[in-house]
Amino acid sequence: MSDTKAPAKTGSTRDASGIPLSKPPGLSIGALVVGVLMILLLVGVVALIVLSFFDAIPEISWPSWLVTSTQTYQKFGLMFFVVGLFVVVMGAILLMVDSRKRVPNWVVVLAFLGPMMAMLTLGLVWPAISTIIQSFFGRSPWYDQERSEFVGLDNFATLFTQPEFQIVLRNTLIWVLIVPILALVIGLVYAVVVDRTRGEALSKALIFLPMAISMVASSIIWKFVYEYRAPARPQIGLANQILVWLGQDPYQFLITTPWNTFFLIVVMIWIQTGFAMTVISAAIKAIPDDIIEAARLDGVTGLGMFRYVTIPSIRPALLVVWVTITMTTLKVFDIVRTMTGGNFSTSVVANEFYTQSFRQFNFGLGASLAVVLFIIVIPVVVYQVRQLRLSEEIR
Amino acid sequence: MTTSTPEMPVPEVRSQLTEEQAPRQQRKLTRAEKRAAEAKTKLTSPWATGFAIVLAVLWTIPTFGLLITSIRPQASIQSSGWWTWFTNPEFTLENYDTVWNGSTTAFSTFFVNSIIITIPSVVIPITIALLAAYAFAWIDFRGRDLLFVAVFALQIVPLQVTLIPLLNIYVDIGLAGSFWTVWLSHAIFGLPLAIFLFHNFMKDIPRSLVEAARVDGAGHVRIFFVVLMPLLVPAIAAFTVFQFLWIWNDLLVALTFAGGTPNVAPLTVRLAELSGTRGQDWHLLSAGAFIALVVPLIVFLAGQRFFVRGLLAGGVKG
Repeated sequence: MSDTKAPAKTGSTRDASGIPLSKPPGLSIGALVVGVLMILLLVGVVALIVLSFFDAIPEISWPSWLVTSTQTYQKFGLMFFVVGLFVVVMGAILLMVDSRKRVPNWVVVLAFLGPMMAMLTLGLVWPAISTIIQSFFGRSPWYDQERSEFVGLDNFATLFTQPEFQIVLRNTLIWVLIVPILALVIGLVYAVVVDRTRGEALSKALIFLPMAISMVASSIIWKFVYEYRAPARPQIGLANQILVWLGQDPYQFLITTPWNTFFLIVVMIWIQTGFAMTVISAAIKAIPDDIIEAARLDGVTGLGMFRYVTIPSIRPALLVVWVTITMTTLKVFDIVRTMTGGNFSTSVVANEFYTQSFRQFNFGLGASLAVVLFIIVIPVVVYQVRQLRLSEEIR
Repeated sequence: MTTSTPEMPVPEVRSQLTEEQAPRQQRKLTRAEKRAAEAKTKLTSPWATGFAIVLAVLWTIPTFGLLITSIRPQASIQSSGWWTWFTNPEFTLENYDTVWNGSTTAFSTFFVNSIIITIPSVVIPITIALLAAYAFAWIDFRGRDLLFVAVFALQIVPLQVTLIPLLNIYVDIGLAGSFWTVWLSHAIFGLPLAIFLFHNFMKDIPRSLVEAARVDGAGHVRIFFVVLMPLLVPAIAAFTVFQFLWIWNDLLVALTFAGGTPNVAPLTVRLAELSGTRGQDWHLLSAGAFIALVVPLIVFLAGQRFFVRGLLAGGVKG
């Protein structure tokens, strides 16, 4: 933050050297006001965090129309008010910065970056720091002076040694290993098979549609497929009806461990395959013709083409898809919560985080679960960033 | 299912490519047709076709089954499978009526909440991210690269890490359980990705374009609106579609900040709750699920081209 004040000089020198001096001298007062307001905003966010930390924020009585809207017209009114207010404030900031008089560079920088920095400090930087600290503390919030207790690495020890949490970690591992691979393989084969066939657009849309559906709705769709009725009654779930047609007994897909986790995983594969297929399909279409032509002249056909031309050509796309689906799968929450609620040994880290934090109110354990998620994500993202850099260099 | 559709013209298929490849399309068109004619040398065997059809059917049937269920009378849903509908077709909109208007389900209220939550949560981060991305791309100041890397790195912070401290602040300032918390949270969580996406676009815009405007005496604000905005439309569309679907379909953020009250909670929260408390009432669940997915489906179909790009860029989001 301190960096932003220094370049005022840089701005003025560049103005002097590079740009015709069409602007009249004299500082723009409006721009200065914006600059000061932005500094106040940033200071205010820090003050808010500090005051909240010491539990020293006085009770604020907001006008009720601002915080509680029960009727539809009130809600829409509030929404238009917010959007309008936002547009007006942002517009005013920009207008003042765009003055005909001289505007110091630091004011421009703050006007463009200030809102973003305030929001990220409040909503990402501070919470991440706070949660990491919390993961070394017990049940109570770490800033609660009376009840908080430092427990060191106990939370993490609990996660890795208690059987019930070992199951959670094991399940997460199963999800992360299976979903990306299967989604990738199915998506790849499908993309190759439907490439340049009749009705390609439709056959791709059918696979891709689940991406648009919320994971909650997807879970309900699949819960219905898995629906169980006692053997004597007519089945209404398709999966069990098929079992009955095959002469088997109906099966409690979501309750019988350990296979129930795999039936939840099916839902995630159902959602993610479309993504894999679309990205891979675009990559296949981008393979240069000369490569294919050359391979054909060498007598490569069918599976050989797939193995020696298609796969090596689309390797970057495969990596991106794999990393992306891995990240999404790591944080899967909606499916587990909607289908089993994490019962019957199906819980995963993201769901257990919710349970510990908002049901058990064990903030220390919840925080340590979130931190575990954080730590697993880091290498995957570092890898993704490096791949991204590579692809940019090539481009 | 796949074979019965009319032949798609080649450009239609091509439109799913990303824009980077667009300039090459014209040149390749005739070659692509040639390749299409020679498609026999590829993996087209009866096995491959069979696989494609089986997969397409497998992927469609679960949704289709629930759709059929949602238009069957409650008694039939409970006593027979949806596949019997083909031999015994029945049609009713009663399930939708019950879910939409019924006092215990009241999906109309939650549908409104979803709209109220989504629109500002899309508009606010886009605006703020556009400004920030502009500053990162075209304004010189010390520490710019460091700050940009920091913002980029924030993309990886999982949502779970941020929820409780943020909720705590909301409670302290007396805003807990209002739309404000959901708007602000979604806006914040969307920012790093949006900034990254827009910055990537902005720095690809030729420097000479911006320099020329600057020589003409245009300030940063004018350059931003007149020179850059028209070129950024595809990126904005991509992020809009992505963010819209993300927010409309989100459960975790809404559950944490809005709770389950009919005043604020969106459709996903209500649907998840219904699935937990009335898991056997398939006439409600089926109709409810379709009410929840119709809006994202429309947005998705309208913006499919952009969505893929947003997805690719947003793989690491929360």
